[in-house]
Amino acid sequence: MGSEMKPLLKLCLLTLATTPAALWAQANPDIQARLTAVEAAAKSAQSAGDNAWMLASAALVLLMTGPGLALFYGGLVRRKNVLSTMMHSFVLMVLITVIWAVVGYSLAFGGDGSFIGDLRFALLNNVGAAPNADYAPTIPQQTFMIYQLMFAIITPALISGAFAERMKFSAMLLFMTLWAFIVYFPMAHMVWGKGGLLSASLGGKFPCFDFAGGTVVHITSGVSALVCALYLGKRVGFPSEAMKPHNLVISVIGACLLWVGWFGFNAGSALNASPLASSAFVATHFGAAAAAGGWMLAEWLHNGKPSMLGGISGCVAGLVAITPASGFVRPFPALAIGFAAGIICFLMVAKVKQMFGYDDALDAFGVHGIGGTLGAILTGVFATNSVNDGFKDSAGKLLPLGWVDGHAGQILNQLIGVAISWGLAIVGTIIIIKICDLVIGVRVPKEQEIEGLDVSLHGEEGYILES
Amino acid sequence: MKKIEAIIQPFKLDEVKEALKGIGIDGMTISEVRGHGRQKGHKEVYRGQEYNVDLLPKVKVEMVVANTRADEVIKTLAGAARTGKIGDGKIFVYEVAEAVRIRNDDRGESAL
Repeated sequence: MGSEMKPLLKLCLLTLATTPAALWAQANPDIQARLTAVEAAAKSAQSAGDNAWMLASAALVLLMTGPGLALFYGGLVRRKNVLSTMMHSFVLMVLITVIWAVVGYSLAFGGDGSFIGDLRFALLNNVGAAPNADYAPTIPQQTFMIYQLMFAIITPALISGAFAERMKFSAMLLFMTLWAFIVYFPMAHMVWGKGGLLSASLGGKFPCFDFAGGTVVHITSGVSALVCALYLGKRVGFPSEAMKPHNLVISVIGACLLWVGWFGFNAGSALNASPLASSAFVATHFGAAAAAGGWMLAEWLHNGKPSMLGGISGCVAGLVAITPASGFVRPFPALAIGFAAGIICFLMVAKVKQMFGYDDALDAFGVHGIGGTLGAILTGVFATNSVNDGFKDSAGKLLPLGWVDGHAGQILNQLIGVAISWGLAIVGTIIIIKICDLVIGVRVPKEQEIEGLDVSLHGEEGYILES
Repeated sequence: MKKIEAIIQPFKLDEVKEALKGIGIDGMTISEVRGHGRQKGHKEVYRGQEYNVDLLPKVKVEMVVANTRADEVIKTLAGAARTGKIGDGKIFVYEVAEAVRIRNDDRGESAL
């Protein structure tokens, strides 16, 4: 080729190389159609990945209640009450499911009220394969609904730790029904619902960061637990009679199921299978490990021996504390949050509870109420947009999240969220327990309590070893 | 006839059974019991709640023997169960009014 041809050839090649593929495709409608199909397939694959993870997460969260919490709490009570305690967790899987399907999901996630949702999704109307773009744009709304249901189930189950071994079963069913409507649905809507007062990403007046439910789940249940424990009063024989855990082995199994299930609880709260889910997964695990270590260390120093019960109590405390922070903090702050929860919840349970003398049988307040409060506040400290890039200003720039990002004011918002959870839990629970007591009476008669609730309320025994 | 009731350390049970079998005693009733004499228990702590556990696990061995064999059985049993430390246990001996073999209604020492 002659030297005068070379620049022309170069120009042609350059033009071809720099022409966008779309222009080239437009000249070929077949390619355009295939490109569109590829883009749709990629989106569908992303959705499939997200949906697979979310369905697995929903299953993991249900596992936390049954058998996780059932075993954990069951092993901690006396043998004569093991079934009644497990029943508290199990029956909520039944009761809350029905309430959620009929009206609960709609009240929590329908509409954009500040305090509660509306009835647009009542009877799961319009809750199907199409995503709800407000909440989880890449998965069917049915998946989002069923995932959230598992949260609605475990939250009241946590309260049962406070009234174990002395609450009437019928009263418990009424209590839980009222509690779902008066405390859980409003709290879930305020923090996670569109337009909710505390919503961080959907137009809340006081945006509170609560990734997976530090306020919605743990503070509400833990504080409600305290109210119940104070109202019902101490178990017969408490504290002079020994009331040791009758089967720590099943408690350990339960606690480990909680730890594993919590990956669905926290990492699933990303509502997709993104790097944020990975980050939340890691933070969750680190929080659990550090807290278990912290509690056992505190025990070793205080009592001279680290105990298995201390280990599992610690890991649960850490999981509680990391819950609101899980999708906002880096791994090493997660370790710090966990460690703090381990130490502080240990002191709560081993010292403060003794000081006040209330009978929170399974430390629902000490672990969930206090752990949740601690975690919610520390979320305001350690939340960073280097982990969670979901918050941008109108120009598309990343907003600073917590103190480490230079936005210390977030701590104030966290405190508002904490205060509202405490307030709603206290006021709501006082009203509810009073109603239940007036309508059916909440505490079993003394003879039934002494004989044991398994036999008195359910007509069965947990262990029939001679047979 | 004499009933010999021995409360022993659980880890001594196999030795005691072997020793008694060695002198021809193979009928006995074993139960798991809790108790203590002068042996101190231990402390357990559950989430800050302390418990003194002074009811320790023990094993009770019971058998009924002919009067003539009682001393030999006691000596063999005690020898096998002894460690020399507090907590070894005790043996009690009772008079037995009657013994019956259920299978064929044998009475007295022939029922043993």
